[in-house]
Amino acid sequence: MLSRTAENLYWLARYVERAEYLARTIDATLRVTALPATYVGKTNEWDSALLTAGVAASFYQNYEEANEHNVVDYLSFSATNPSSIRNCIEAARLNSRSVRTALTSEMWDTINSAWIELQALWSKGTSTREELAKFLRFVQETSLRFDGSAYRTMLRNDAYWFSRLGLHLERADNTARILDVKYHVLLPEEEHVGGPLDFYQWSSILRSVSALTAYHWVYRETLKPWLIADLLILNDTLPRSLASCYGNLVRNLDQIGVAYGRQGPAQRHARGIRNRLEHSNMNDIFQHGVHEFIQEFIADNSRLGEIVTKQYLI
Amino acid sequence: MAVAFDEMNIPGGDLRPAYQELARWLEETPPEALEYRRQEAELLFRRIGITFAVYGDSESTERLIPFDVIPRIMSGKEWALLEKGLKQRVRALNMFLRDIYHGRDILRAEVVPDDLIFHNPVFRPEMNGQQVPHDVYVHIAGIDIVRVDANDFIVLEDNARTPSGVSYMLENREIMMRLFPDLFARHRVAPVERYPDELLAALRSVAPLSASAEPTVALLTPGVYNSAYYEHSFLADKLGIELVEGRDLIVKNNEVFMRTTEGLKRVDVIYRRVDDDFLDPLTFRPDSVLGVPGLMSAYAAGNITLANAVGTGIADDKAIYSYMPDIVKFYLGEEPILKNVPTWRCREPKDLAYVLDNLSELVVKEVHGSGGYGMLIGPAATKATIEAFREKLKREPEGFIAQPTLALSTCPTCTASGLAPRHVDLRPFVLTGSKRTTIVPGGLTRVALKEGSLVVNSSQGGGTKDTWILDE
Repeated sequence: MLSRTAENLYWLARYVERAEYLARTIDATLRVTALPATYVGKTNEWDSALLTAGVAASFYQNYEEANEHNVVDYLSFSATNPSSIRNCIEAARLNSRSVRTALTSEMWDTINSAWIELQALWSKGTSTREELAKFLRFVQETSLRFDGSAYRTMLRNDAYWFSRLGLHLERADNTARILDVKYHVLLPEEEHVGGPLDFYQWSSILRSVSALTAYHWVYRETLKPWLIADLLILNDTLPRSLASCYGNLVRNLDQIGVAYGRQGPAQRHARGIRNRLEHSNMNDIFQHGVHEFIQEFIADNSRLGEIVTKQYLI
Repeated sequence: MAVAFDEMNIPGGDLRPAYQELARWLEETPPEALEYRRQEAELLFRRIGITFAVYGDSESTERLIPFDVIPRIMSGKEWALLEKGLKQRVRALNMFLRDIYHGRDILRAEVVPDDLIFHNPVFRPEMNGQQVPHDVYVHIAGIDIVRVDANDFIVLEDNARTPSGVSYMLENREIMMRLFPDLFARHRVAPVERYPDELLAALRSVAPLSASAEPTVALLTPGVYNSAYYEHSFLADKLGIELVEGRDLIVKNNEVFMRTTEGLKRVDVIYRRVDDDFLDPLTFRPDSVLGVPGLMSAYAAGNITLANAVGTGIADDKAIYSYMPDIVKFYLGEEPILKNVPTWRCREPKDLAYVLDNLSELVVKEVHGSGGYGMLIGPAATKATIEAFREKLKREPEGFIAQPTLALSTCPTCTASGLAPRHVDLRPFVLTGSKRTTIVPGGLTRVALKEGSLVVNSSQGGGTKDTWILDE
């Protein structure tokens, strides 16, 4: 297939995944900030929302204060923030138009309908909490529909695999970013004073990767920080864990390798990261420092993006 | 202006046979139902994304072409005549192009004046002596046809460069079949859906000799911001070929390749929807980012077929148009089946004098214009507009031609105040491959939605209709 087509499919999936992730982040932050300060402490949750979205620096070039109104506006509706939900949807639609021939009609319909639906919102934003909640739900549902359409209607060929590569790379990046910003509340007990305050922080992390219910099914325990870290990093049954993302990335890259009759640096690099995750346990990770581990992962993950681009997309 | 030919009603109250069933159906169908279907059609167009961009229109970059749900109907007999005429016309166009870029018999015979060719910006000296496979230059032609009476088809314009609109022919039919299954059950409408297959067959048949047995065809688009982008992606999809942009292609050793995830892959035939000027920055406009550097040398080496060929503009130029009846006679020794609109060539002093005296009754067009821009419709223009145009005309008479204001035929059309006649034209698409010329029965009917308006261009408030050829 055309390199440009593969590139568009890859980015299309990334944009849709990112839009969903942003919607979840805002959603989770709204929940935490709705609680009385005695439960959640005085940290500015809107600041951490900006950090997990990776746009804190550019935000402060446009706004003075990180409050609900400003952050929701910047993450959702801003035309100047290149990774606002708005720009993710716009970019997804533009990419879809460029590769319409590689999309199934269901995928196109999902993106195009969402784009049409959201046009009216961009200029005026949302005026009430209900409207905002409706909007955030709509974005998440669009991502689910898109993902489901791809899964159910695409041929299992390189077009599908490149689209999945984008999805899993973006997802791994998002999960790692939450961990990066929140790692301090996940430190083991002896280094950290637990309290009601942390409980809401922890559930907020899980909520933003839609893993709150999953946690209880997997561990049948109350929320414990190291188990949360274990779930998000190493548990490959959780679709948004780093381990699961890398299981999928290795599989997708292998499928491409088989179809094209050759492997390359992308396959090797992905396998390297997967193996490291497979052979890690939380004890070691905590011992060597969660923060260092996560930062290294983020760098490795973005390096994979560069290698894939060089090997296939240009 | 004469009374327009009504395609449905015979003066005196009778219906033309092709429209009888439709008229009956219209009587049975309440107007609200029609309006409801119209809205449904609009929604479908928007969801599928069948939009076009109007250049210089800032408020909305993607617009819908209004779709009228009342079909335009022609009998099989009428179509048979039109089809014969179209094939004749396109054969002549191809022979003319072959001649212009090789022996130039027609110039020596003084049928067409030299300077109209050599001083014409769309003449491409790069094509002199260049062999094109099977001598086909115009693989895809869109010939604009109008009717003024029951007996004649008149060519308004030949489109031999990169004619567009065929996606509307196909999508209009799809949408009509979805919305009005009952109406289809009452007619025998010739299908149009084999067009993509015919097009692919035609393109593959003209692959260069150096191509493999299974030639690779690609569609070259200027990209998502082009006004006809939807059509490009639609056709690439239907043909099952790659939709490429200039940056996806690269020329090496005079061969053209596309960049794929598995490395470079050779391309043999390019169905290009990029104008000559932008095809190759090394040969034509150096500032073009839409083209492929070196494409013309691969073309000269005979390693790539471009469809349509480079330089076909010289055949559909409005200045050449007036010579088409003579061109048909010169190459084929036959009387032209399709008529021309009588045309005054303002470059000729006698014609110019006549035109200047009768501006308020004539349509004056720029020789190199298209899309309905830059033209004067005398009967509809104000005095001031006419006077301003007169000055333009005097300054550069060779840039214009003039024609009588034609009373384009009318078809019943949905309007705010119910069904009413509106003026229409027709663009059938003629495909020429190595061995045969085919025309899918139908075409794009454009309709001027404003009462009395004769401008059918989508950029100027025109709409489209499904075109039915009855299988008798």
